Amino acid sequence: MSHLLFYTFTFLTLGGAVLVVVNKNAVNAAMFLLVSLVGVAGLFVLLDAALLAFVLLLVYAGAVVALFLFIIMLLDTTPDALKPFKKSTIAAATLGGALLVVGVLSLYHRAEFPAAAAPGAGPSLKAYAEQLFTTYLLPVQVVGFMLLVAMLGVIVLSKKFADPEDAK
Amino acid sequence: MTDIGLNQYLHLSALLFALGFFGVLLRKNTLVIYMGLELMLIASTLALVAFSHFNGTLDGNIFVFFILTIAAAEVAVGLAIIVALFRQRHTVQVEELNHLKH
Repeated sequence: MSHLLFYTFTFLTLGGAVLVVVNKNAVNAAMFLLVSLVGVAGLFVLLDAALLAFVLLLVYAGAVVALFLFIIMLLDTTPDALKPFKKSTIAAATLGGALLVVGVLSLYHRAEFPAAAAPGAGPSLKAYAEQLFTTYLLPVQVVGFMLLVAMLGVIVLSKKFADPEDAK
Repeated sequence: MTDIGLNQYLHLSALLFALGFFGVLLRKNTLVIYMGLELMLIASTLALVAFSHFNGTLDGNIFVFFILTIAAAEVAVGLAIIVALFRQRHTVQVEELNHLKH
């Protein structure tokens, strides 16, 4: 049963990702990004990280993709086609793909992968909170500060700067 | 059929990362390029959670929290930059945003 679920979510994730990349319409691409995110959230649940699955859906699918859709519709872009391939692009892509395959194969031969853990309820919210407030307290504070800076940056970036002559 | 182990999750994560990467390289629309970047981030979170599950630790999951936060802030700032750029240049096609060339 878990095999079937894994393959279903994999199909959703990869299918959504392929359709994001090849779609001419930007709004359709954002919708398929949502599909891909749902697939990844399902995979998180299979990996006993249900809290992360919900946080992913809330933050990524709920906020980030919604923001993308706002901006796509605000900017009112025309549908475009994929670029035609140049020879250097094909050569670079082949080289990159070969390097990736070599890397994955060498990982197979050298690494000792741990066996699958017994499926359980997964870590509880208390375990997350304990880690976040003791071991990872400094990153939490830094991330809070970074969010403040990001908010200020967005406000400054979206102001219309008046011409210097108008101020006189 | 063999068990779904760490290998399968890592292959999936690598494939997803490669798809996002090709999305960045092949598209002309800046917003779809940005979506490819987000796909790459999602692929890295999947790899982290898979490792965290198969090693029995929690560190990967905690790191995913931070990645989600930073990705959200990055999307906000990046889209603000794109909107400001659109106001100046009135286009989001990458080929027409070449004013820094020569």
